Amino acid sequence: MRTLITGVAAMAVMGLAFWAYRENYNTQTAISELTRLQAEIASLREGLAVLDAEWAYLNRPDRLRKLAALNFDRLGLLPLTAYQFGAVTQVAYPLLPETGFSLGLTPIDAISSGGELP
Amino acid sequence: MIRTPLRPLARILSARAAGENPDAIERDNLRARREAVSDAARGRAEVRLMLLGAFFIVGFCAVGVRMAALAVSRPIEPQIASSGDAIIASRGDIVDRNGRVLATNLLTYSLYAQPPQMIEPTRVAQELVAIFPDLDPERLIADFTGARKFVWIKKKISPEQMQAVHDIGDPGLLFGPREMRLYPNGDLAAHVLGGASFGREDVASAEVVGVAGVEKAFDSWLRDPLNDNAPLRLSLDLTVQATVEEVLADGMKLLKARAASAVLMNVHSGEIVAMASLPDFDPNARPAPLTSGDQGDSPLFNRAVQGVYELGSTFKVFAAAQALDMGLVTPETMIDTRGPLVWGKFRINDFHDYGAKLSVTDVIVESSNIGAARIAMLIGGERQKAFLDSLGFMLPTPVELAEAPGARPLLPPNWSDLSTMTISYGHGLSASPLHLASAYATIANGGRRVTPTLLTGAAPSVGEQIISPQTSAEIMSMLRDVVTRGTASFAEVPGYAVGGKTGTADKLKPSGGYYEDKVLATFAAVFPVNDPQYVLVLTLDEPVEDSGSEDRRTAGWTAVPVGAEVIRRAAPLLGLRPIWGPQDTPTLSLARN
Repeated sequence: MRTLITGVAAMAVMGLAFWAYRENYNTQTAISELTRLQAEIASLREGLAVLDAEWAYLNRPDRLRKLAALNFDRLGLLPLTAYQFGAVTQVAYPLLPETGFSLGLTPIDAISSGGELP
Repeated sequence: MIRTPLRPLARILSARAAGENPDAIERDNLRARREAVSDAARGRAEVRLMLLGAFFIVGFCAVGVRMAALAVSRPIEPQIASSGDAIIASRGDIVDRNGRVLATNLLTYSLYAQPPQMIEPTRVAQELVAIFPDLDPERLIADFTGARKFVWIKKKISPEQMQAVHDIGDPGLLFGPREMRLYPNGDLAAHVLGGASFGREDVASAEVVGVAGVEKAFDSWLRDPLNDNAPLRLSLDLTVQATVEEVLADGMKLLKARAASAVLMNVHSGEIVAMASLPDFDPNARPAPLTSGDQGDSPLFNRAVQGVYELGSTFKVFAAAQALDMGLVTPETMIDTRGPLVWGKFRINDFHDYGAKLSVTDVIVESSNIGAARIAMLIGGERQKAFLDSLGFMLPTPVELAEAPGARPLLPPNWSDLSTMTISYGHGLSASPLHLASAYATIANGGRRVTPTLLTGAAPSVGEQIISPQTSAEIMSMLRDVVTRGTASFAEVPGYAVGGKTGTADKLKPSGGYYEDKVLATFAAVFPVNDPQYVLVLTLDEPVEDSGSEDRRTAGWTAVPVGAEVIRRAAPLLGLRPIWGPQDTPTLSLARN
């Protein structure tokens, strides 16, 4: 009996030692992985900051204005003016399908706001 | 174990034979036996004490060794506990009201040299000058071959330059990481942003400090790691700001003005949507302050905030507003405008002769100095001063710029009756365009005091009531009349009912008196007048409109057309719906299927 208990205890000590050894190495692997990931996050953040800065730089109003002027033939972009605002009443309601009618290509301004677009 | 009997027969018998007491033998043996027992017990106790002592010694040694180790070792950051966020401790970004970037950080490198490690100092110096032409070769060679152990060469270098320096291949040239401030929009909103430079520097890092504008005003906020890299959100709108600057620059060029400024402000919240001052500069390469001459001529000078000027007839509105609010006059009250108005040896004249009488509305519409002076005399100096104080004309503007507290309005040393009269038409009191914009916003929004701000999203503060909403509406109607039939007729913008007041102030000579042919033209506008949302104050310094037979310098010919163009372009960008046709008809009608 005594021998059995001693043997079991010895086996338990060896098992626990092996477990502790493995946990130790697992922890170290996890820490090094964490360090690597943190470095990667830092470098990705750095890259993100550079891309943000570049996006802002490429979209600066000066450059967009010049590009709009350069590509005027194709795009025909002009500054926004008051004439580009429409009224909700200028949008025609879609007709229900059971009426049998469909809208033509040009919407009909059925309800006027009272004011006139010059 | 052989137990010694207490009374061994042999000894007893021999003792009896010798006539001794045999009890002594028993006592002797008993004593010997007790001694043996106590010896054994002492031995065990000694072992226990030794064990306990050893345990304590080991314990104290462990504590001592740990303390020594902690004291000797260098502190390291706990790697596992820290998340990725803590690594970044950079200066916060600055964004506009829609989150578009106005200022951000970019990682770059600085270049320094350690001459003792340098192999070919002369060749290195020559190659460096080939890469950076602004360096002085003689100076570099002297630094590299002298006794110096450390030389800064460049604070910021680009990746291409860094590669070129790498290719020199000298071990004495070293790079230090640097975080630099980048303003991707170049000179856009330069005066608001200000600029940044390096503070304390080290090889491994350098602190970035704001030197002007919001960068300086919010320096500690931007550097605070507790903000967790939250951006500073300004009230500026990038698109509107760009439009205002473009139109203003074109207008300035066309009218040959020396300088120009514009402030566009929300009348309810006091948020500055656009603020421009020309000439401007690139905050990425902030120029040095002027070493001689007037700092007011430097591009660094923010004319909208720092520049205090006599703003001319735009001030007549304040006299009219106060007189209306106090019930002294109504818009129809007739004011004597016969000129010249003589006060002591001072004569007040009008631009034209407007006849004997004008209504209060027409005094504003025709911009009569005499009429304004007479209204001011009805009010009196004390009350005029108190009113202008409540509009914020006595103190620097509280806007969040490092330069703002220094821009104190210039007031007359003693507020005489003559001062009262001249101030009513904008001479004798100098204030910044931002002061004027805040005051117009206060009058336009129904009379509640407006505090100008460059931040957005703060809780809207309801300022104290300065004038009644009724007076505010009457003034708006007068400002509309100035545009429809008065001095600002060029300010008509289709779709938006613009109201405004012109001001053409003769510029002060440094030696005293006024220039004949140098003016500061101001246009203060409110739009749309039926429901005021924004106020624009635009000034042009020494403009001249020379397309006609004679040069025209009045604001109606110079600042007003530029201001109208700003409103025409900016109002749609601000999301204001144009109103076509009669203004009292609703634009939206409920529609049902």
